[in-house]
Amino acid sequence: MFVRNALLSSAAVLAVLTASTAVQAQNAPVQPPSVGVDERSTLSPGIADAGQASAGMVLEHAMRAPPGFYDPETIFVVPQTQEEANAMMERMRSDPNRFSPLALANTDMALSDGKLFVGSFHGFNAYDVSGDGAPQLVMSVVCPGGQGDLSVHGNLLFMSVEENRGRLDCGSSGADGQINAERFRGIRIFDISDMSAPTQVAAIQTCRGSHTHTQVPHPTDPNILYIYNSGAANVRKTGELSICSDGQPTRNPETALFSIDVIKVDLTRPQDAAIVNRPRIFADRDTGRVAGLWTGGRMGVASQETAPTNHCHDITVFPEISRAAGACSGNGILLDISDPENPQRVSDLFDPDMAYWHSATFDNTGEKIVFTDEWGGGGGAHCTANDPATWGANLIATVTNGRLVGRNFFKLPGVQGATENCVAHNGNLIPVPGRDLMIQAWYQGGLSVMDFTDPARPVEIAYFDRGALNAEKLTIGGSWSAYWLNGRIYSSEIARGLDVLRLVPSDHLSAAEIAAAESVKLDVINPQTQTRVVWANTPDVATAYMDQLVRSGGIDAALAQQISAVIEGWRAGEIDPLAAASVVASLAVTAETQGVTPLAARRMKALAEVLARATENVA
Amino acid sequence: MFGGFGLPHLLGIVVGALSLFFQDPVASEPASPPIFQPGAPGQPARILTATEAVSMGRTTFTEGDVRFMQHMIVHHAQAVEMVALLETRGASPVVRALGRRIALSQESEMALMRDWLAGRGLPLEMPGMGAGGHSAHGAHAGHDMAGHNMADDQPLMPGMLSPAQMRALAAASGAEFDRLFLEGMIQHHRGALDMVDELMSEPDAANDPVLSGFAASVVADQSAEILRMQSVLSDL
Repeated sequence: MFVRNALLSSAAVLAVLTASTAVQAQNAPVQPPSVGVDERSTLSPGIADAGQASAGMVLEHAMRAPPGFYDPETIFVVPQTQEEANAMMERMRSDPNRFSPLALANTDMALSDGKLFVGSFHGFNAYDVSGDGAPQLVMSVVCPGGQGDLSVHGNLLFMSVEENRGRLDCGSSGADGQINAERFRGIRIFDISDMSAPTQVAAIQTCRGSHTHTQVPHPTDPNILYIYNSGAANVRKTGELSICSDGQPTRNPETALFSIDVIKVDLTRPQDAAIVNRPRIFADRDTGRVAGLWTGGRMGVASQETAPTNHCHDITVFPEISRAAGACSGNGILLDISDPENPQRVSDLFDPDMAYWHSATFDNTGEKIVFTDEWGGGGGAHCTANDPATWGANLIATVTNGRLVGRNFFKLPGVQGATENCVAHNGNLIPVPGRDLMIQAWYQGGLSVMDFTDPARPVEIAYFDRGALNAEKLTIGGSWSAYWLNGRIYSSEIARGLDVLRLVPSDHLSAAEIAAAESVKLDVINPQTQTRVVWANTPDVATAYMDQLVRSGGIDAALAQQISAVIEGWRAGEIDPLAAASVVASLAVTAETQGVTPLAARRMKALAEVLARATENVA
Repeated sequence: MFGGFGLPHLLGIVVGALSLFFQDPVASEPASPPIFQPGAPGQPARILTATEAVSMGRTTFTEGDVRFMQHMIVHHAQAVEMVALLETRGASPVVRALGRRIALSQESEMALMRDWLAGRGLPLEMPGMGAGGHSAHGAHAGHDMAGHNMADDQPLMPGMLSPAQMRALAAASGAEFDRLFLEGMIQHHRGALDMVDELMSEPDAANDPVLSGFAASVVADQSAEILRMQSVLSDL
């Protein structure tokens, strides 16, 4: 059981010293997250048969990785005796190629036109998820080079390639030597218009490879698509890619550090896609100094040798509000992307408890951002009882007067074992009207649904977990990404394949709230390109708001009864306009009453609006 | 391919893993789609067998990769040792919290490195690195070093504190210790970044995704820690 009380003291000390604002108390003191032992902490280990625990969701399908994408020997066995060690070394000599648990890891996902695309360090797979049954594998593409972050637009699939072994021709003999014309690190573009004949149509080289990328639509031209590329790896030699050079900006103003790549794609000619800008998004606004974000303390005192915020790990864009949130090594940043070719930093956040800013997710209005800290890079067991609850966790921030303000942390509440790599990782919003819910992957920590409607009081409302892959030693595995996509939770499990889960009602989430979320269907979902969800005017949405008000004690039983009756009439196809008008009026009045929280008032107004519109349609 | 060792333990686990993975076929399941390997942009794709596809996921490692892991274990061990001193000698709770995170990170990474080496049947340290597995003490800096004076001031690896520096650290306390600790750890972290740079400058280094991911996260985490230490140091 670990509850951190010291959070505010260290944060307060540094808040005084830093330009931006770390987590701080609002009117009531902020309670940091607590982690402890629960049923997830004692699950039995195994590859395919580990123990499972869940709350608020059920596992519908567990798809093993497809042929060509799993290797029975990727789970290492440590030699126990000298004979075993000798035998292993003998095998090494006869087959110099060795297995790596990550080489076939399933990674990020996107959905398009009824197909789920699952990226991998090894390439990608596509599943037909348009039906009700298990996902049906429809395409497998091998193209090694890691990490397989992918996105889809129409007939084009974009994939991030980061590693030194990547090759232009998707080969596996690696790209040898320091300088190699066949090496590829950057963004690949595949044409998937013919599912039985995928082809690579472009390969845009970048200086630091591509760790992740994000699609940014052009504000007006549907034939143009931008790709923001985040390269985090070492800078390539100038001899291999002429636009690249390394070093700190004080010594090399052309350095490939301290920027992201903006790639412009003409969708009618994707083969011509190219980098059009490498904006210095970390530059100091006043001095123009390129490495503008590195000082956390008094300016100018710290050494010029190391400037850690020199790349972004992941950028999530929200085009409808012209904003992007970047998780950029030592800082979280907020960008104005009104001009996508020239993103401008408008705010940045530093927090002493954030090790490595990894990803960012907006709420549906763009007023809140969940940043994640991928302490240890995903390879460490950082959800044990020894690991503080503010490290390797989510930091929930708000955008207040245009500036980022940290509010509180959230960490997976169920303690995990010492052989389970675990830290906050990828997720997205579950579109329940009236609440801010995020489904998220925690590697071998499993999945968790966090309610951050009150950014200072985030709470877990559902989870799924398995026991460790291996109880004896840490074997990298677990969920890389968990996303809500058109009514289901999909989790790409590094070692075990693809999981599909369904939310089920609980004290924390009602059937109507789930139905309202499941009713949201989109043709294309690239999780890092967020779109604002608008719910249709339905009885489920109305019931969802009512359930929330009842759960929080926002309305009395009598009013709840009246509202239920109106909604039931509506479901039966015969909404009673007088009764509806009466509850709409009651809700309006109650919303203005003393002592009603702002959140409850918002829900009342939203509910009133839904019911009012329902009667309008009838009249 | 798995036979010939005669080790029931190893064989059993491998066979077990195989049977778990291949357990699944459903009679009515459609055949899997072909596995494509696209060519270079504009070139046609080939079709691979599952075995070919899997073998393409196998990666090599170099002597440099192995040396990097062996050295980094020692490098990390010194950071852990420095943090141990912090417990009894440091003054500031901010520095203590920082030290705690560094120790947790590096201990966890040491386990990853040991597993990486052991999983390939490789020794945890190369010959001449010092006695046992605890060669973080600069005093046994290797039998090939000439003269005690040189060894005393010589760091074992990039950024590591020399024996003299470690002694000075151990002798300090309070605010002075905090300052020496931060300066020393910044130096130490920079050394780790240099070691990664050196690794990545070698041809064919870090083909293995676990190794390349690990090296990248060392850079990411330790760079961020340097930032924090610099800011704390500037305000001590």
